[in-house]
Parts: sequence; structure tokens; C-alpha cells
Amino acid sequence: MSGAPTGVGGSGRARLTVVRGLSRSSPRPSGRSGAPWLYLAPALVVLGGLLVYPIYQLGLISFFQYTQAQVSGGEPTTFRGFANYAELLGDSQFWQVLLATVVFAAACVVSTLGVGCALAVLLTRVRAVPRLVLMLAALGAWATPAVTGSTVWLFLFDPDFGPVNRILGLGDYSWTYGRFSAFFLVLLEVVWCSFPFVMVTVYAGIRSVPGEVLEAAALDGASQWRIWRSVLAPMLRPILTVVTIQSVIWDFKIFTQIYVMTNGGGIAQQNLVLNVYAYQQAFASSQYSLGSAIGVVMLLILLAVTLVYLRLLRRQGEEL
Amino acid sequence: MKLSPRLPALLLAALVVTACAPQTSDNTSSDKDEKTGTLRVWLFQEVGNKPKEKVVDSVVTDFRKAHKDTKVEVEYIPVETRAQRVKAAFNDPASAPDLMEYGNTDTAGYVKDGGLLDVTREFGAWNESKDTDPTAKTSVTVDGKVYGSPFYVGVRALYYRTDVFEELGLRVPRTMAELASTAREIRAAKPDLYGLVVGGAYTYGAMPFIWANGGELATGKGGSYASAIDSAAAQKGIKAYTSLFGDDNCPAAKCAGMGGNDTITAFAAGKAGMAIGGDFSHTAVEAGKVKGKYAVVPLPGVSGGSIAPAFAGGNNIGVLKSTSHRTLAVDLMERLTSKKTQASMFDAMGFLPTFGDVRRDAAAREPYVKPFAQTLAAGTKFVPASPAWAQIDSSLVLPTMFQSVISGKASVGVASRGAAQKMDAAFGSAG
Repeated sequence: MSGAPTGVGGSGRARLTVVRGLSRSSPRPSGRSGAPWLYLAPALVVLGGLLVYPIYQLGLISFFQYTQAQVSGGEPTTFRGFANYAELLGDSQFWQVLLATVVFAAACVVSTLGVGCALAVLLTRVRAVPRLVLMLAALGAWATPAVTGSTVWLFLFDPDFGPVNRILGLGDYSWTYGRFSAFFLVLLEVVWCSFPFVMVTVYAGIRSVPGEVLEAAALDGASQWRIWRSVLAPMLRPILTVVTIQSVIWDFKIFTQIYVMTNGGGIAQQNLVLNVYAYQQAFASSQYSLGSAIGVVMLLILLAVTLVYLRLLRRQGEEL
Repeated sequence: MKLSPRLPALLLAALVVTACAPQTSDNTSSDKDEKTGTLRVWLFQEVGNKPKEKVVDSVVTDFRKAHKDTKVEVEYIPVETRAQRVKAAFNDPASAPDLMEYGNTDTAGYVKDGGLLDVTREFGAWNESKDTDPTAKTSVTVDGKVYGSPFYVGVRALYYRTDVFEELGLRVPRTMAELASTAREIRAAKPDLYGLVVGGAYTYGAMPFIWANGGELATGKGGSYASAIDSAAAQKGIKAYTSLFGDDNCPAAKCAGMGGNDTITAFAAGKAGMAIGGDFSHTAVEAGKVKGKYAVVPLPGVSGGSIAPAFAGGNNIGVLKSTSHRTLAVDLMERLTSKKTQASMFDAMGFLPTFGDVRRDAAAREPYVKPFAQTLAAGTKFVPASPAWAQIDSSLVLPTMFQSVISGKASVGVASRGAAQKMDAAFGSAG
């Protein structure tokens, strides 16, 4: 570090003269070089503190042997390189959990978007009173905390006391015993608590579509489905993009519903998803480094999914 | 224009300088041994904590009489969040207590984390420690060193419905095979009851079946354990336990997901003929529908009249490495776990004493303790004293094994070999 100050000072002075030279001939480039950074600085500091630093720590920890013993100083921290990642990728359970997570998240996203969009269209068709009722019901579901919602759904489907089995005449059928029925039950809860966001956003979008366009389509004899597909959906694409990405991220990261409804991963861990798996590895077992590695892998997957999706959309945009 | 390429370089330099490794707390043992000042104690907050506080207060009063210029601050911490509290205490010695109560399966983990003080010498020199029962002593011992003093023990035994047994003319089971057949008879005669209510996630209820059949969870001593859950004897035990799940006793669809508390709830609500419950479940069962209609006997073993080895749960009190009052803290630890304290703690809270003689007196006063005292006297077992146990426990290795067998996903052999591999991996990485 002893040599650094002179070096920095020297280059600083050199830059200063260059900037001065430029500013005399044309003032604009100098403003472009410094001012945007200055204006961005507050946002960058906040972003750096809240986003970059935690992610940096996450990445850093994933390269070490870092368990409770290291945190509390019982054992020295050792650098393991990619050993945590090797351990994770070599674990067959990880791949099974990853597959289950991807399929389950995809099902949740499709169902949530389907239900949300259908109800948003419905909202534009009904009168004020039913619209208000539907809105209130949706907002109620949205406002319910995940743990409460999960517990209530679990009770509704309880084999002994739940009303659902009584109404459907299923006797004491246990929804959480089979792998698919347990996932299905969780899916219902996830859709229930996340469709309102889609519905409200899409409804607002539909409202902003000029009435003449829809009228023209109707006059041309287009069916409801056709109007949605050829008029509304393309016009709402920016909104649909946002809600899809949001849903993908939410549903991929699902934790509470699985943790509460399947009792931490279901019978013989058949309903484990990536986040619950990471929780078991990282916090419950105090293997923070392995948990961080899972976190990094998840981050990369989500980034990749989002980028690919945006890319696809842009390509479609060029064709249209 | 020249600023932009330099910014990342500067950032990078800052990163390299500030963090070469993640944070670690400096948790070396304190070499101070102050004879005055304030001692901080963390004890668990129990349901109905008042009687416990009373006993502790009287211990503290005696302690302060014996040591001038000392103060004791006792804090009752919620059981559910204890893991976070304890981790925080290890990470920040400045805010850590001098003494704390902890679950005995956590001993090895806490020792490895570098949190507990080695009190082998003091414990050996303490005149009351010779009467501590051997399993309780095992639960504070890691690698031959003692890290605390046992506070109370908990064991499980067989609860059964006296009215149901009388009505059906059944005899209290004397062997494990009889236990299973009696359970099926109850279910056959009363289809709305579980015969013996069992849970796929009820690990501590299942362990006696493995031990009674001569199996072990793991073998080895002092840090190097190897799983034995896939041995022939252990597999026999797993088979015995998992065969209890089925429509003829406890339907898999309902019972596979149950944990210990669920089985006790079912029994207390009058939904089961028998259940495996602890001395600590006594209050819950007394508060349920079955009050006055049940009795407790030791869980039968394989041969007639024998008792299946039970898991010796319970809590210990240990001194933290970071304490600056070593002598005082050890003295308070001994006072909090002394015969006198344990006897009054039993009267106040029903906690089973860890001293054989104190426990016998307790059983004479409260007859419900007898089957639990018998179970303890017959010999109990403990989970491997390895830091890996916490990991095995929290990654649900054993519940997963039982549940895969119960739900028919895997045979006993395949499931137990899978569990053994996971256990060995944990033993290997955690030492």
C-alpha cells in the first residue's frame, strides 16, 4: 500500500489536466463523465449495501468450510475452493429436489397466471357489486400471511376434521400422504395467495386499453378468446412479462407453504423443494457454506431463466 | 470517461483488502476468574414456569449468601428459539451468559462449536457426582471430558387405556411381539381407535425398537462413529416398528407423517388404545379426555418381562467458555443441579432427577413416576455423542428412513443402507 498514494495522485493529476482541456473545447463530455455517477451515487450506495454486499458474502462463504464451529471460533475457517459445489452437484438428492422444484414452480406459474388473467377479464365483464366482492375476496387472500393461509388450507383438507373431505365424500383421505396429492394441495394454496397480484395488475392493464380497439375487434366478430389472444395479450405484454417473471421468482423460491403444509418436506422428504432443502442444509444443520452454495446455484438459475425469458420476448417483439 | 474503468478496479481492491475470509468470532476461553460481579444464567422457559422460577430463586439466594458481592441474573429463554439464541451467544461472547441450560443431544455440537467449558476436574471432585446415573453422565461427556452437569432426564414408556383393556379382556403386553398383536386386537375390536399410535417422524419413539432387537444407531467412540443402522439387528427393529403402520393398527396415510406430539395428542384425545409417551407427557395426558382411564408401564422388550432400552433425553446445565467467573459459575452450576435442587425441581415441575437415589425417593412420593424410574433403572441409551448428530437430526435422516419403508417406497434394507450412508457422510464431515 505504501506505493499506492503517489501512483493514484499522479494519475489523478494527469486526468485533471485532460478534463480541463476537454472542458475548454466542449463542456458536455466532462459532464457526461462525472455527473451521472454523482447522481447515481445514492442509489448505487443503497444497492451496493443491500444487494451486492450480501450476494458477495454469499459467494464468499460458499468457497469456505463455514459451519457453526467456524462462526463461533471453535475451529479455524478453511478455504475449500469449489468443494462445496462439488459436494452439492454430486448429491443425487439435490438433482431430484431441483427437478421437483422446477416442475412444481412451472405448474404454479402457469396456474397462477391462468387463474389471475381469467379473473381479470371476468372483472371487466361483471357489474360493480360482484366486482367489489371479487376484489375484496382476492385482496383478503393476498393480505393473508403465508403461514396462516397454509395452516387454514391444511385444516380445510384435514382427513379427520376438514370440511373438504366431508363435502367431496372422500372419507378420511389424507391429502398430504401421496406425493402428487400433497404437491397439488400446496399448489392450490400457492395459487390462492398469489393470483390476486396477477389479477389486479392485469385488470389495471386491461382498463388502460382504449375501448375503441376492443369495440372494433368485437364489431369484426372476434370471439372472447380471439380478442384476448390477438388484441389484449399483445397490448398487455409488458405487464404480463412483469407478472410472469415475478411469479417465476416467487414460485421458485417457495418455502413457507411447503414447510408448513408438508411438515418440512413431506413423507420421506418427497415434497422437498430447493429452498426448504437449503434451509435444512444451511440453518438447521448449521452448514452455512453448503447452504450458500445452494443459494448461489439458485441465484444463477433464476438469473438464467429471467434472461432467457426476456430474450425470447424481445425476439418476438422484433417479429411482430 | 477515465473514471469508469477505474471504479471497478478500486472496488475490487477494496474487496480484497477488507475480506479475505468470512467473519469469525474470537471465542477463546477467558482466562479471567473474577470472584465478584454479576453472573448471567439462561434457563429454558417451560409451560407454567412459575414453580421453576421459585426453585431457582431459592438456589440463587443460597448462592449469594455463600459468595459476597455477587449478583445473579436469570433469564428464561423460549425453547423454540433457543438454537438461535445459543448460536448468537457463541458468536458474541460479550453478550453470552456464564451458564446455560441445554438439551442433552446438543452437547457434542456445542462442544465442537467451542462454546462449552471443560469441567471434568470440578465435576469429578464434586461429592454428589458419584450418584449421577451413567447415561446422564454420558450425555454431558464428549471424548472423555465432561462439559456440564445433568439437570434432569426424560424417558418414554407405554401408556395404555385401562378401560379399553378391561372391556376387551386384554393383558398388558409383556413382549414386543405381544405389543403388536395387542395393538391389532384393539384396532380390530374398535376400528375408530388406533391400536398403538405410532408416528413416522417419531424418532425417539422408534429407537427402543431398534435397541431392543440388539441394533445400534452407530458404533464407535470418541469422535469416530460409524453408522450401524443397516445392521441385521437394527433392520429387525426397523421392521418391527414399521410393521405397526397399516390399516390393522395405525393407517400409514395418517400415521406416517406424525411426530411424537401428534401421537400424544391422539392418545390424550381418546383416539388410541396405547401410545409411547414420556414422563414429560404426563401433564398433557392428564389434561385430556383419558384422565383416570389410563396407566403406564415400561415398554416391553423382545423377551418376556424385559424392558426395551429407552432414549435418555433431558437437559444439562453447562458453563460457557467465555465466562470471566469460572469458579463462581461452576459453583452455581453444581448448586443448580444438586440433589437438593433436583428433588425440589421434581416436586415443582415433575422433572425426573438424574441421581438414582433422589429418583427413588421421588417415585415413592409420586406413583406415576414408577414406570419411568423402572425404565431408567433397566438401562437407557443415548444418541451418538458426535457433533454430527445435530446434522443427522435436522436433515431428518431417520424419519426419512422410516417413512420410505412405511410408504412402501423402499425396502427396509434399501432404506437403512441409504440412511447409513447419510449418517456416515455426516460423521465424516463433522468428525
